[in-house]
Amino acid sequence: MTDTTSKPGQTEVWITGIGLATSLGEGLDANWTALQEKRINVDEKGFAPYIVHPLMPVSFDSQIPKKGDQRQMEAWQRIGTYAAGLALDSAGIKGNKDILSKIDMVVAAGGGERDLNVDTGVLTAEAKGANAPGFLNERLMSDLRPTLFLAQLSNLLAGNIAIVHGLGGTSRTFMGEEVAGADAARIALARIASGESDIALIGGSHNGERKDLMVLYEFGDFNLKDKFAPVWARKDHAGFALGSAGAFLVLESRAHAEARGAKPFARLSSVVADLARRKQPGDMAATLEKLWAKLPRREGKGAIITGATGAEPATSEERGFLKGHAEFPVRSTGTMFGHTMETQFPLGLALAALSISRGALFPPNDSTGTEIEMQGAPTQIVVVGAGHWRGEGMALVEAVS
Amino acid sequence: MTAPRDKLGRPVVVVTGMGIMTSLGAGKADNWAKLVAGESGIRTITRFPIDGLKTTMAGTVDFVSVDPFSSTGLSERMAELVTEEALEQAGIGAKADFPGPLFLAVAPVEVEWPQRRELGRAVGSPDFTYDDLLRISGGGKYSAYHHRFMFGSVAAYLAETFGTKGSPISLSTACASGATSIQLGVEAIRRGETDAALCVATDGTVNPEALVRFSLLSALSTQNDPPQAASRPFSKNRDGFVMAEGAGALVLESYEAATARGAKILGVIAGCGELTDSFHRTRSSPDGKPIIGCMNKTLADAGMTPDQIDHINAHGTATPENDKMEYNTTSAVFGDLVQKIPVTSNKSMVGHTISAAGAVEAIFSLLTLEHQRIPPTINYETPDPTILFDVVGNKARDARVTAVMSNSFGFGGQNASLILTREPA
Repeated sequence: MTDTTSKPGQTEVWITGIGLATSLGEGLDANWTALQEKRINVDEKGFAPYIVHPLMPVSFDSQIPKKGDQRQMEAWQRIGTYAAGLALDSAGIKGNKDILSKIDMVVAAGGGERDLNVDTGVLTAEAKGANAPGFLNERLMSDLRPTLFLAQLSNLLAGNIAIVHGLGGTSRTFMGEEVAGADAARIALARIASGESDIALIGGSHNGERKDLMVLYEFGDFNLKDKFAPVWARKDHAGFALGSAGAFLVLESRAHAEARGAKPFARLSSVVADLARRKQPGDMAATLEKLWAKLPRREGKGAIITGATGAEPATSEERGFLKGHAEFPVRSTGTMFGHTMETQFPLGLALAALSISRGALFPPNDSTGTEIEMQGAPTQIVVVGAGHWRGEGMALVEAVS
Repeated sequence: MTAPRDKLGRPVVVVTGMGIMTSLGAGKADNWAKLVAGESGIRTITRFPIDGLKTTMAGTVDFVSVDPFSSTGLSERMAELVTEEALEQAGIGAKADFPGPLFLAVAPVEVEWPQRRELGRAVGSPDFTYDDLLRISGGGKYSAYHHRFMFGSVAAYLAETFGTKGSPISLSTACASGATSIQLGVEAIRRGETDAALCVATDGTVNPEALVRFSLLSALSTQNDPPQAASRPFSKNRDGFVMAEGAGALVLESYEAATARGAKILGVIAGCGELTDSFHRTRSSPDGKPIIGCMNKTLADAGMTPDQIDHINAHGTATPENDKMEYNTTSAVFGDLVQKIPVTSNKSMVGHTISAAGAVEAIFSLLTLEHQRIPPTINYETPDPTILFDVVGNKARDARVTAVMSNSFGFGGQNASLILTREPA
């Protein structure tokens, strides 16, 4: 009951703006060129034995002109605020007060970027015998920067985007790892398709260069270690390499876009999501099949862009699902961009829209044969996002007819 | 009761089940009795040492046990208990088979100090770096902590326990989160995607770092003694909010579906509205326009005019800025009526339940409609002379209440309002 598919008579929803800041570069051209050249930016040393896809440095000043604003944010928020600005630019609505005063924002966010020095300082002092009852309280009161909290709060990514870019419509933040990105798109699409909203900014951002996150994922042995390999080649060496990225999209009703002369990259036709129990082998693949069946079927060339993580058993289950749809060439964003968690699904949507607008799917980058060449222009791309632990999402991005 | 559709032609959304937990106790009956009696749930914190803290009291929920303890675990357990209460009242669906989606307002999740300290001890030497912590985190010993500290873990647990449909949404709009969870449910029903939605909001985050974080932003009251008198909404000597824990759950249904199955209708969510303030991370725009716009949008969504609102359940945090801003903006919307509409702040008694507050206060508003009695704002001894609300001070008041506006404002420019009525218009 929680599907969003445009029905006959419902408003058509276009993707009219895309903003990307990733490990491959900033902006659509840089990312597209890197994909064509099969370039992958991994750092195997800085966090060894863990591997990350670090953000390609950007000049934050160009989208976040006030240094004071930059100081109020941690990296994940700066990346997202930057990418959101690129998306608004791309849609041609940057600084357009009429539109920005009513735009509806749905952001997928994590949070909690910690001050590692404070954490380590407390723990080592305790290891050396500091055990007064108020020791932790006193250290936190004296060592935490007062504004750090605001850099940690999940909804302050949206808050910062609103402040820096002057967005005065509505703002909702969804949490819950990978599927939060699908749900953000799903709710925004539903609201526009039903006429509750005309235009929305959706997306997320992630800083993968964070040891506190690595600790969290290491609890579940999810981090890729020692050596990089494409997502499909990790079966015996499972895990994900965290990636840094911000990906935002402007979604807009066709009528609203046409009235202002905006051109679409593509149409967002459907977003569906579910929560497989994942108690038995096959649960997740069955849920993916169910979601696939809910997408409206079309004639024409199709492809799949997936955010498969490289973590097991999820990735093997998904590979099984993909084999059943072998007529759709597959691309994995995890290989190229690393795992950007809440951002992976919006990133997939962005690359799907970009591929459709440029008339070609980007080339495969895989040694296992899971990804194959595609001839001709795709007219429909299915974006798949299955979480490393929970949550499954899927979307259909199509060429505007 | 008449129309299955509202003035805008959308399905009317009604409430058929409610569950609540605050520092006052568990369940609607206990909470309501204590609320109208003017009891405070604020007490000196005993859960952890308070040495070195500026604020030493809170509205903790200490009567629910969670083992091993974590704030996220407490949030989850409270959410489960209030959902059980709401589902029992609604009598909807079958056990573990709720016929609609879940919208969960939950505090952002992170690894907490007890677990971090466990790691620190496990390193086994007094000198170590963060890399050493990372090195010993794997191997499966702490795999339960991965699940516990996923942002989506509470929603996944509730979805599996109660059999909600589809992808459960975990959301945060800071102190407006509870209201947003209700708004998402209302929208899903109005769009015709579902006949029912489960809206839950929970917050169990009274822990040392959370207190310190709000302290460092000078947001908390430091009037620690006596703790019951710390939360003083609309008083001249108010000095901040009091952190608190709690949870609320609402079963929403279309009027049509609820009446078709003969469910008792507890109230109507007549309108929802939200508007972002892009002025500052923690402060409202000085002209109050986003809050004014939020209230006006909510009235328009309900198809109502200010004179039809006969009670306001205020955000009323008792921070110097909030209460003043709330009065100024309410005045702008309600004009002369502002001095005639009874206003109360439940936070005077239960404290600020942060992510849960919007839902907790929506439930108290619905109970106000049911009992035709407005709970008091306690500790209202020295009214702020610049806030001319008709505050229901210190003693509950019987009143004819047909429509309540409930407001929530949060960090990050989050504003959300709800209008709750007894019957469909």
